Amino acid sequence: MALANNKQAATPAARNPSDKPSSASGPEFAKEQELLALREMLLIRRFEEKSGQMYGMGLIGGFCHLYIGQEAVVVGLKMAMQDGDQMITAYRDHGHMIASGMDPKGVMAELTGRRSGYSRGKGGSMHMFSLEKHFFGGHGIVGAQVSLGTGLAFANRYRKNSSVSLTFFGDGAANQGQVAESFNMAELWKLPVIYVIENNRYAMGTSVSRASAQTDFSKRGLSFNIPGEQVDGMDVRAVKAAGEKALKWCREGNGPIILEMLTYRYRGHSMSDPAKYRTKEEVEKMRSEQDPIEQVRTRLLAKKLATEDDLKKIDAQVRAIVNEAAEFATHDPEPDPSELYTDVLA
Amino acid sequence: MAELTYRDAVSRAIAQEMARDNNVVFLGEDIGKAGGVFKATVGLYERFGPLRVRDTPISEQAILGAAMGAAMTGLKPIAEIMFSDFLAVCFDHIANEMAKNRYMSNGQLKCPLVVRTANGAGSRFGAQHSQSVENWAMMIPGLKVVAPSSPADVIGLFAAAVRDPDPVIFFEHKSLYGMKGEVPDGEILDTLGTAKILRPGKDATIIALALMVGRAMEAAERLKAEHGIDCEVIDVRSLVPLDTRCILGSVAKTHRLFTVEENPRLCGWGAEIASIVADESFYDLDGPIVRITTPHLPLPAADNLEDVVLPTVDRIVDTVKRSMA
Repeated sequence: MALANNKQAATPAARNPSDKPSSASGPEFAKEQELLALREMLLIRRFEEKSGQMYGMGLIGGFCHLYIGQEAVVVGLKMAMQDGDQMITAYRDHGHMIASGMDPKGVMAELTGRRSGYSRGKGGSMHMFSLEKHFFGGHGIVGAQVSLGTGLAFANRYRKNSSVSLTFFGDGAANQGQVAESFNMAELWKLPVIYVIENNRYAMGTSVSRASAQTDFSKRGLSFNIPGEQVDGMDVRAVKAAGEKALKWCREGNGPIILEMLTYRYRGHSMSDPAKYRTKEEVEKMRSEQDPIEQVRTRLLAKKLATEDDLKKIDAQVRAIVNEAAEFATHDPEPDPSELYTDVLA
Repeated sequence: MAELTYRDAVSRAIAQEMARDNNVVFLGEDIGKAGGVFKATVGLYERFGPLRVRDTPISEQAILGAAMGAAMTGLKPIAEIMFSDFLAVCFDHIANEMAKNRYMSNGQLKCPLVVRTANGAGSRFGAQHSQSVENWAMMIPGLKVVAPSSPADVIGLFAAAVRDPDPVIFFEHKSLYGMKGEVPDGEILDTLGTAKILRPGKDATIIALALMVGRAMEAAERLKAEHGIDCEVIDVRSLVPLDTRCILGSVAKTHRLFTVEENPRLCGWGAEIASIVADESFYDLDGPIVRITTPHLPLPAADNLEDVVLPTVDRIVDTVKRSMA
């Protein structure tokens, strides 16, 4: 009886949309896709570098968790998404906002605590949202966004629309209890949600192997019958391909799926973390061998799809956008204290 | 007009709102096929079907996460947390998520959801299934908090809660589920943030909530009949927003204030009201504000112990009589 009820044991092949991790070979990008990916990843990188600088200058306070190193994850998935698909994540969120199409000026102004920030200074680095761009935050409690993202998928299913919730969390959050609750509910109700586990190898300052009994996060859904795969999260092409497959899986009504993105965070957990739990050599090796932006640059040059000059121009354009955002966020007025009492309740 | 139990009022209230608005969806443990552990949701599953009345796994965090995630997109979920004690299991969503998202998003994200939960003692369930925890919700900016004491109020306040754009924690009292009361026919819609003077009086004001309302009423009748003390009894009904106008107006008239609270004494809702009255109406008072509460204890299971620990009619009568002497 127990065996007969075990769907997973009965039909393992049918439950797995892919036999191999898609990271084995990322499909090639056309020139326009390479350039789009480069530009978007570069915009996040330069934005985050600028945020780090401004934090150092005291222009940004509070928490500030930089996404540098992980850019291919959100950019590749965004390239696979359709209008109406939703994103929700935790506090390492600036990259998701920019990839969602939110205005860098509004994001930076929120970081500096100014009145034109997305949350008028009442959110800060960890709490920004854009309903227009289907970006649902920006959440500070590790793991809470996983059950909320499951709720977004619940609403999609209830409304019988074709939207998918992309619910991002880290290898650290994967160990929170509500993640397991959400997995069970999502599979039970066949909710259209992609659980994107951004495995950047460190849960704050504790390495994956020191924090997780099962370090292959793509397997975290097995006991719930949720398929999963590991993806090279440093290769934007592999990310996009995996995202497309997963989105199709969800849109076809198959329920949730896990994409474990193997990635790496170059900076500390937050700006106040000197990252003494790992060696400089380890970081340097990742930067020099697997950097997601360098990979695209190298391919563009090798295939003669762009010249060094072309790439310099793109970088200059991106820097101009970021500088404009920083300038704006430095001179925008502070929020009026009367804002304190707005939007507590309707 | 029909006589209805508090329990049946709950299911009528949910049905009223689900029939009115397809965006209302109901989730919880055993609420559907089983009809609810308190039989307060009987018939809803049959009437509205399994998509709108969702039996969930025993996963309080996922229940509130799903409800809030759906609310962020404009649905109007009703989530049941079976016993209010279990709010502690999913308190992150209560305290950090649903209460804060509107504020943190500059008003972009709305959270129109109702968390219904069975609160309070009287069933010998012991320390983990009997607490009165309305103060847990009252202390958090961004939540509305309601606790009805009669079947008619259950329907009217519940309808108002579902239609409210903010998250509302709706405390039903599990010892009131069997209570009967007259309920008007047709749609009932009340107003959040309004207290009700149930018994006018001139000598003292007694304010109470939920199960304690009936005890306060009975005590007031005895105080009048046996001691000639004429008490005004106010059912607070809604802790957030709080009807301070009604409370302060009554104190201005009677010059004395008593609270009857089922919650353990420290930081009970009455402490906040006492503080407001002391701030706003000190010179209206002819004597100290007196709080009648459960002592600061976990709740025991044995009949006699549970009976003695909650405020009783006798304790209310004695306390008011001694304080007014």
